[in-house]
Amino acid sequence: MKLTIAQAQIRPKKRDYDYNLSLISDLFAQMAPDLPDLLALPETCLSGYFLEGGVIEAARTADQVFSDLQAEFLRRTSAHKPIYGERSRTMDIVIGFYERAGGNLYNSSLYATLGPNPGIAHIHRKFFLPTYGVFDEKRFVSRGRSFQSFDTRLCRSAMLICEDLWHSISATLLALEGALIIYVGAASPARGFRGEEIDNIARWRRLLITAAEEHNLFIAFTSLVGFEGGRGLVGNSMLVGPNGEILNEAPSAKDYLLRTTIDPEDITVARARSPMVADLQAVLGDLALELNQLAEKAEKTQNEPKPS
Amino acid sequence: MSQSPPEKEPPIEEIRAGLPDPESDEPLRLNLPLVASWLEGFLRDELRRRGFHNAIIGLSGGVDSTTTAFLCARALGPEHVIALRLPYKTSSPESLAHAQLVIDQLGLRSDTIDITPAVDGYLAQVPEADGRRRGNVMARMRMILLFDQSEKYQALPIGTGNKTERLLGYFTWHGDDAPPINPLGDLFKTQVWALARYLGLPPVIIEKVPTADLVVGQTDEADLGITYAKADRILHYLLQGYSVEQLAERGFPMPDLLTVRKRLDSTHWKRALPTTAMLSSTAIGQYYLRPVDY
Repeated sequence: MKLTIAQAQIRPKKRDYDYNLSLISDLFAQMAPDLPDLLALPETCLSGYFLEGGVIEAARTADQVFSDLQAEFLRRTSAHKPIYGERSRTMDIVIGFYERAGGNLYNSSLYATLGPNPGIAHIHRKFFLPTYGVFDEKRFVSRGRSFQSFDTRLCRSAMLICEDLWHSISATLLALEGALIIYVGAASPARGFRGEEIDNIARWRRLLITAAEEHNLFIAFTSLVGFEGGRGLVGNSMLVGPNGEILNEAPSAKDYLLRTTIDPEDITVARARSPMVADLQAVLGDLALELNQLAEKAEKTQNEPKPS
Repeated sequence: MSQSPPEKEPPIEEIRAGLPDPESDEPLRLNLPLVASWLEGFLRDELRRRGFHNAIIGLSGGVDSTTTAFLCARALGPEHVIALRLPYKTSSPESLAHAQLVIDQLGLRSDTIDITPAVDGYLAQVPEADGRRRGNVMARMRMILLFDQSEKYQALPIGTGNKTERLLGYFTWHGDDAPPINPLGDLFKTQVWALARYLGLPPVIIEKVPTADLVVGQTDEADLGITYAKADRILHYLLQGYSVEQLAERGFPMPDLLTVRKRLDSTHWKRALPTTAMLSSTAIGQYYLRPVDY
């Protein structure tokens, strides 16, 4: 089954939930005559990324975000009846937002289906919270505790948020859990202007290609744009295929809507030629032992009395 | 007859790499078209977000304010850029002429206001004020006029300070650093010069000796005790976390290192907002943290 993935590289207005929801609503209307199977949106796109202590004011529950998106989706797409051969007026969505849940605040990504049979498929809470240099996430949000792949009406999928992908083990865990496509939301402030392209765009390109090629899966990277207090978010959203090939890419710094048709069967072809995931699965027991030993050693070191 | 010994292979080619050369400007090199385009985007975005269509710049005729004017003209269109010339009676006539050259070349809107009566009105009451105090009064008077004129023109004041002078504390606190946005503040002086060349500034402005033009004959590098080229290389490594001792081992002269380190360490306060005594767990900037664009 071929899939059409849309990725919206947008610039939200800082902490203006209603305005940002209206931006997404306008995208629903724009795409209504020819809905993709899924729309992916960047990290924290309902509020902007750099909020500091304002996270508590901007955060929403997943249920509220989901019901607001569903209401807007029905309102803006209902005029377009399904055409012959079209599956239905149904679209999946991946969206990054600051989340209120269980008394905590998180930097989260929601996967939901919008349309006649709506529902939330999964919420990923950012696991690796950058807290260095320009970043200060641990101060303002709690971290997620797991990486999970999950089944959707389209294909087995997974989500990561920004730094989550800077650790290669995250994509590895999701590939081992069967993900065929990983949606990565990001808010990446530009730094490093020496090379052909901005340093962090170049780094994202290396990371995305390496992760997709190693695990032979699709990665849809969707990134915010706009300046937040002098920090310019780079955008440069892209979709990378299971051979590490860039299938579609948005230029940096401007708003774009990418639309890419992919065929998950390409993964089977790629893995037949380069069975890296299968090789990994075959040695998982040994790797688990190694990891356990490292974890035990780290725990012992932490518990050792400090030299006086 | 014995066989001749096999011919010996020539030694394999050796490729060497070493630590960075302290005389090299390579670490400061920039992709200038990319930088210019990024800064133009920054200016457009910041003005739009703050509800402005026009920018106003104190144009001294030096390389920093001229580079800022070029960027603003490219980002907003010259009709949306107001260049203010704010001379004092001792200012070099050359500065005024260079500023006019830029106004004419770019087609900027402009105004000239002599700050002498305002500055002298105060200085007449403090005849003991030395050159440093007089210079600070001039810089702060220019700030007052820039903000007042920004109301008149409904234009956002644009800062022109570069990273080197910010790091060395070579500016007047709440004077040159007062404008709410600044496109050059993360560029070292030598990088501003490179950007100026890329943007096509008049060579006479790029090549002249940098001066704050507050005292006749004054030059920045004489005030600082080090050239910008040397200071920038040292600052680049100090900001990355290298110590003075590590840099001395790599060949940087210790007197230069100490000059830069001393200025850097003694001016952190100039790069911060005023210090407030904290009494509560809602202290602004300590506990109550909201970004500038919130």
